[in-house]
Amino acid sequence: MLALQGDFREHVAVLTHLGADVIAVRRPEEALAVSGLVIPGGESSVIDKLSRSFGVADAVKERIADGMPVYGTCAGLIMIADRLVDAIRGQQSFGGLDVAVRRNAFGGQTESFEADLDVPVLGDPPMHAVFIRAPVVTELGAEARALARLEDGTVVAVEQGNLLGTSFHPEMTADYRFHRYFLDKVAARASGS
Amino acid sequence: MSESTTHEFGSNRVKRGLAEMLKGGVIMDVVTAEQARIAEDAGAVAVMALERVPADIRSQGGVARMSDPDLIEAIIAEVSIPVMAKARIGHFVEAQVLQALGVDYIDESEVLSPADYVNHIDKWDYTVPFVCGATNLGEALRRINEGAAMVRSKGEAGTGDVSEATKHIRKIKSEIAALSSMSKDELYVAAKELQAPYDLVVEIAETGKLPVVLFTAGGVATPADAAMMMQLGADGVFVGSGIFKSGNPEKRAAAVVKATTFFDDPSVIAEVSRGLGEAMVGINVSDVPAPHRLAERGW
Repeated sequence: MLALQGDFREHVAVLTHLGADVIAVRRPEEALAVSGLVIPGGESSVIDKLSRSFGVADAVKERIADGMPVYGTCAGLIMIADRLVDAIRGQQSFGGLDVAVRRNAFGGQTESFEADLDVPVLGDPPMHAVFIRAPVVTELGAEARALARLEDGTVVAVEQGNLLGTSFHPEMTADYRFHRYFLDKVAARASGS
Repeated sequence: MSESTTHEFGSNRVKRGLAEMLKGGVIMDVVTAEQARIAEDAGAVAVMALERVPADIRSQGGVARMSDPDLIEAIIAEVSIPVMAKARIGHFVEAQVLQALGVDYIDESEVLSPADYVNHIDKWDYTVPFVCGATNLGEALRRINEGAAMVRSKGEAGTGDVSEATKHIRKIKSEIAALSSMSKDELYVAAKELQAPYDLVVEIAETGKLPVVLFTAGGVATPADAAMMMQLGADGVFVGSGIFKSGNPEKRAAAVVKATTFFDDPSVIAEVSRGLGEAMVGINVSDVPAPHRLAERGW
């Protein structure tokens, strides 16, 4: 669990509930020790800065290149995107996911919302999704696959190999299907399949 | 692709949720777009747009009000992190204006002159979320009952003296701990003594925490101050006058951000505390005569 800034406690609670062994990742050696990484919601420009100032960014990039499963929600999705739209000056991401992601795509907080969302890969029922100053995927690379779209077609959940990202916050609801989907990837990689 | 899918705006979860995303972060007071840019570059998780920082409000005196809409709009245009702005306690029209301007959070703040000495704003009426100050658990729960989606302990703004912030966060935390150990029949009396709604008191007793994010504010001036607030159990910190009233705002702002994340690692706090230049001069809270203490505004 990347624990530099944001709602990492909520993710830890979900992952622990699902039986995962969770540690906080703030330093390079911690990033090298885990078999999967969740990047929480928060402020992406702050997570970016903190990750670079203490060297954890390079370790995470190395692990992503190596195929480690990573799940990012909201700011976490921004952190694993290759290309950022409306980033702050000098903002970087870990990258790995061949997509472009626009920050604050819906506008300010008064445009934040909740909605039910069909996620075919998770089956029924629809997921109740919470969007908070949320980013969206504006461009999907060849390898990336949309997992969910809003009714206007906007991509809000995406997968590419072992990388998984959602614009919304499953950690804020009692629906743990995305976390389970991620843990299945971690387990599959650990067992060498 | 139909229009029938409902998007629910301004729900409790969405309002409280933004505060959840700010956790572990530093919210900085800024009075110009240029300061907002410096704060964003330094790693602020949000900025508080206002005309005068508390230290100047304190020294200049007079009635302190909501900022000029031009200033707030300029700051919103300058940065992409959330922008908060202050309304006077009870001034529901200032709050309406701030919502119309598109701020991300409203601080119903004792730092400004109260507009109503009886009622706070009915915060359930708004799509935009509110943060309110509290000196103790009862005050925090009264604000939550009125619709606050985030609470900050008050401290004594504009002093650079962290002692009141310490007192308030300790008070709130210890009152929560006390509720957790009470039997059900004792909670009725506890609610009466806290002057707080019984249902909220029961919820706190069961969960052992507030239902909203709790930041600390008021007098935080150094990286060590911020880290101490985090070690005392704050979810994040507000830094008001402490950044831009200091010798090197850029460096101090970045240092406070790092100390907030690595609050439990003294070696990091030591590293970032080096060579920050002059801290804000500050005044001791004990030297501020009682009628001029901002924390006593709000009830």
